[in-house]
Amino acid sequence: MKHVKTLNKATLKESAKHGGCGECQTSCQSACKTSCTVANQKCERV
Amino acid sequence: MIHKFKQLDLNIVLDVYSGSVHVVDDAFYDMLSYINEPFDEKNINKEEIFARLQENYTSEEITEAYNEMVSLYNEGLLFSEDTYAEIAKNWHKKSVVKALCLHVAHDCNLRCKYCFADTGEFHGHRGIMSAEVGKKAIDFVIENSGSRRNIEIDYFGGEPLMNFGVVKEITEYAKEQGKLHDKNFRFTITTNGLLLNDEVKEYVNANMSNIVLSLDGTKETNDRVRYRVDKSGSYDTIVPKFIDLANSRNQMDYYTRGTFTAYNLDFAKDVLHLADLGFKQTSVEPVVAPYSEDYALRKEHIPQVFAEYDKLAEEYIKRRREGRGFNFFHFMVDLDQGPCVIKRLSGCGSGHEYLAVTPEGDIYPCHQFVGNEKFKMGNVFEGKLDESMKSMFENSNVYTKEKCRDCFAKFYCSGGCPANAYNFNEDINKPYELACEFERKRVECAIAIEAIKMLEDLD
Repeated sequence: MKHVKTLNKATLKESAKHGGCGECQTSCQSACKTSCTVANQKCERV
Repeated sequence: MIHKFKQLDLNIVLDVYSGSVHVVDDAFYDMLSYINEPFDEKNINKEEIFARLQENYTSEEITEAYNEMVSLYNEGLLFSEDTYAEIAKNWHKKSVVKALCLHVAHDCNLRCKYCFADTGEFHGHRGIMSAEVGKKAIDFVIENSGSRRNIEIDYFGGEPLMNFGVVKEITEYAKEQGKLHDKNFRFTITTNGLLLNDEVKEYVNANMSNIVLSLDGTKETNDRVRYRVDKSGSYDTIVPKFIDLANSRNQMDYYTRGTFTAYNLDFAKDVLHLADLGFKQTSVEPVVAPYSEDYALRKEHIPQVFAEYDKLAEEYIKRRREGRGFNFFHFMVDLDQGPCVIKRLSGCGSGHEYLAVTPEGDIYPCHQFVGNEKFKMGNVFEGKLDESMKSMFENSNVYTKEKCRDCFAKFYCSGGCPANAYNFNEDINKPYELACEFERKRVECAIAIEAIKMLEDLD
């Protein structure tokens, strides 16, 4: 494409099919103790 | 739903429900201003759009951009519709407890001005967790974790190193019990660093998967709010210890974690100071405090906070390009993998998957709720939880929060912190709006940074 660079595909849709195993860390434990950020967490299956 | 924004000299389009991110040129970006959702080519007045864009772009450019837009839509990468609402509606989550925040010391050797833990007391009295309570908490999580194998134990306070002997005892007990019950315990600890020494370092490095080191930035910033009982600042004592500890962990698996307040709205300099000290893993977060406090962040601070995030994002990428990058927790996002959408819509897990335990063994939905008697959910010695409260947290998700419905960032913050929501709006489903404002800005910065890293193949 000339006008668009697509950086990633439909990752969320894909993850809906296989996700939800619950083995990942709870989000408050990495560094934040007063805010909630989930998107920077790791998936345990990757 | 799409969200388009400009950051770091890029035009970025986020397709919220597919998670796809596009970097686009001006013609494409401007064209999107004239497209309504839900996308339907039949409803698009092409002539009008072309007429509006012709002032700045050639017919060929407009046609190409238009065709590319339709093609992305057809591929499911633009104007994607919400397919998760049904998942959320049929939400009958049967969660297990997978993480505990152990308040091993409701006492602290600092008197930080903004402490949500009431300088360690959590609005109760000073207290130290016994090994007996800690071990009971380990038994509790084993019993309540079902088939979940990975279990996280977070040592928190107050200041957990004030009770380090018990931390070690609990850790050893958990490791032993983990082997017996096929559970993989992972430990983290949050400390102000005053009591760090070689013995602690050695034990922490051998046993803890993460350590959070509390430091706010420059000496001036830090010591203004993080001081001892005698008001002396902590910076000079802790910084050499933190540098040593971070290096001993090869600059991995730790965070220096600070708080910014209305006193240092120019917090980008504090983050950069941490990086200049050599720390590669940093996190500096906005204070959460009642508006009555003079250090509290308020709505009128938003423009300045945004400008600081912009400034930080620019310097962040500049340092990456120069090969001296560092990580800033809130600018980290994984566009390729990251957590699944189920995780993203279900939130932090407080109150059902993640619980806090006080020195007395009382259980609360998370560390932020400790001290609010209304939220006491049980005690590790009783071994059971208040099921109705557990359900309230379990059933809360992005789709039970009205304010999240039209927010582009909802799958990045998962609806925000329930404790903040409750403390400001008396309802865990009504997010604390100032935090939402900051979150949205950080998500834009994070996506733009990731885009540059991918486009320029930076580390």
